[in-house]
Amino acid sequence: MMISATGAYISVKNLKKKHGDLAVLCGIDLEVTPGELTVLIGPSGCGKSTLLRCLNGLETLDSGSIVINGVALERSEDSKSIMKDFDKKARAIRENVGMVFQSFNLFPHLTLLENITKAPVVVKKMNVDLAHSQAKELLIKVGLERHADHYPCQLSGGQQQRAAIARALAMSPKAILYDEPTSALDPDLVHEVLQVMRTLDDEGMTQIVVTHEMRFARDVADHIVHMQEGRIVEMGTPEQIFSSPKDERTRRFLRNFL
Amino acid sequence: MKKGDHTPMLNMRNIIVTLSCIFFSIHAFCSEKGILRWGSDANSGAPYVFRDAKDPSKIIGLDVDIIEAVAEKLNMKPVFIQNQWDGLIPGLNAGNYDVVIDGLEIIDEREQAIRFSDPYYITYEQLVVNKENHEINELKDLKGKRVATLPASLAYKILEDTGDVQIKKYGEEINAYADLASGERLDAVLLDAPIAQYYAKHNAKLKFVGPNIGYMKYGIAFKQDNNALRIKVNKALNILIKEGKIQTIIEKWGLWNPKMAEAWGVSVEPKTEAVGYKEYLRSMNLERTFIDKLKLYVDFFPLLAKGAVRTLEISMLAMVVAVVFGLFIALIRLYAHPVLSKLALTYVEIIRGTPLLIQLYLIFYGLPNLGIKFEPYVAAVIGLGMNYAASEAENYRAGISSIPHSQMDAAFALGMSRLEALRHIVIPQAMRVVIPPVTNDFIALIKDSSLVSVITLIELTTVYGQLASTYFDYLGIGLLTAAMYFLIGLPFARLSRMAEKYYSVNNKKQLKGVQS
Repeated sequence: MMISATGAYISVKNLKKKHGDLAVLCGIDLEVTPGELTVLIGPSGCGKSTLLRCLNGLETLDSGSIVINGVALERSEDSKSIMKDFDKKARAIRENVGMVFQSFNLFPHLTLLENITKAPVVVKKMNVDLAHSQAKELLIKVGLERHADHYPCQLSGGQQQRAAIARALAMSPKAILYDEPTSALDPDLVHEVLQVMRTLDDEGMTQIVVTHEMRFARDVADHIVHMQEGRIVEMGTPEQIFSSPKDERTRRFLRNFL
Repeated sequence: MKKGDHTPMLNMRNIIVTLSCIFFSIHAFCSEKGILRWGSDANSGAPYVFRDAKDPSKIIGLDVDIIEAVAEKLNMKPVFIQNQWDGLIPGLNAGNYDVVIDGLEIIDEREQAIRFSDPYYITYEQLVVNKENHEINELKDLKGKRVATLPASLAYKILEDTGDVQIKKYGEEINAYADLASGERLDAVLLDAPIAQYYAKHNAKLKFVGPNIGYMKYGIAFKQDNNALRIKVNKALNILIKEGKIQTIIEKWGLWNPKMAEAWGVSVEPKTEAVGYKEYLRSMNLERTFIDKLKLYVDFFPLLAKGAVRTLEISMLAMVVAVVFGLFIALIRLYAHPVLSKLALTYVEIIRGTPLLIQLYLIFYGLPNLGIKFEPYVAAVIGLGMNYAASEAENYRAGISSIPHSQMDAAFALGMSRLEALRHIVIPQAMRVVIPPVTNDFIALIKDSSLVSVITLIELTTVYGQLASTYFDYLGIGLLTAAMYFLIGLPFARLSRMAEKYYSVNNKKQLKGVQS
């Protein structure tokens, strides 16, 4: 694992991004040290999801830099062309950074087992038998060992999201990004997904989570980052943010949840 | 080491000997057992070229006998190539056969594009009307009337010169007379006397009226620049005429007439029996019971099956071209550089916006002008394949677009490249969306393959036209042919339903059962 001079595994500097005329990210600076769980909070449309998608190259950036595991996506403000080798570098980053989506995005034409083995076999050319035994272990880990041969449409939302986490884990990532992993779930299914993330945290996985689950944030997060209108308003430990927020906007935002 | 040096030399010599053997044998084959490819239309082609009612696998007629006699004199092997009447001259110029013989009149307009042999037959136009019709007795009575004839014929020109005639173009003589007999669609038919004799004379509902119209000579047609063959054929024809062989052939088909006797300076009285014509009349007047017809249909089966195999071959090869090329175009439209994507769109729109028939004509008769020449079979596969590639491309594009982009995101996030994501994630899901329209297209392609009969290929529809016009049975043989098309398409419809089931996730759910 390559970390920066400051000890960060993920390091974002002055990241800017526009969707057409709309500025979505207006200069984000962020560092994540290995093994940490960082929670991104903030109102809808504040740029949390875009930031996550930038981190593993699903979105291009307009300017600034993202360095993950020594691979840098960089672009200066005045350069007009899309970065050279962007796709290649993005793929290099994705080798180490998994992603979990709000609507799971499991592959509906494949069984859970196939969902999990597909990428290792295709991308890493892993031996099929090995991929299978690894996938079975992962299914046990997320509590879905009885559903290996089921299709995603046969499962509850919570089960699907746990399967999606197992699918990401199959690529042995160093970090996982979660884009509102529990927002599409019935309230009684939220817990089972958060439980998996807690376990991964205990095992030392680096995780960045966009979520509205404030109790989870308070209990599990190492750092909380509050974003509004494309900027980081405040960041700190859960105690700082929840007990004594310095910024008025943080106080107002949290009032909606407590 | 001398031995070692020597061996390659020997091999070399062997190779040269072998090669020259092959070369010379080809050369010998071409010069000594020359092939005379003659183009004609056996569909509704009596008395010139038509299927023998006694043995429908045989092609017979006046022109068949003439060209075979000529070929024999030239020590060549005659090979018949079927083409539609309209395409006979374009096919000659495209080099698909060496000569055309199909009751072609020698007229000025044709002389410009092709050259004719000396005449082998002389005749006139015959006006035929319905028995009930007493108004029309000669050419000038045709003003304002609906009169049928073949396009690009002398009769057509005569009707144009008469003025004010509503000329109805018919592709098949037999249908013109049938419409005239039913009395609804036509007032008269003007066609060559031999055609009238073979298709109208024995019909009790029709009658011949008026004097002989015009004076026309039939000739064998050659490509403009093929003077060598034309001179050889003329020589052979003249010998055959002197020997009386041509007269015998004409008499066999009951077509000997005073104009011919005058032109060749011989007696008007025929010397031999009109055996061919009598046999033809016998088969026409034959009252066929239902059982007879069924027996006939069983006889047709091998012929129709042969046509069906050709249809199936062309359709399947064309579909392979369409699927591969179509997927290629769809991917370019979706993912390539905008300029390429525009090009692909232009291709799709041009191909979709022009008739397949025109495309086939362009490929088969047009491209040879630019020096690009395809075998009929290849032209058919390319024409159909390129045409259907356009609609396949649209099917695939729609199918791929119907898969939400989040699937692509998920694949990317797992480290897959675009190609891997398409191959493993997007395309398999698009399959089940795309199968029904693709099956539709394939069955449509099987039916559209009937259009390739315009480029000298004998497939199911060609066989149908020839058989139906020989037996005057468009209904029974038509149903039989339709059934063949249906049967060809059926397995693919079934296969498609199976594939749809295979790719359907819902069905998998039922198969595996929910255990949770």
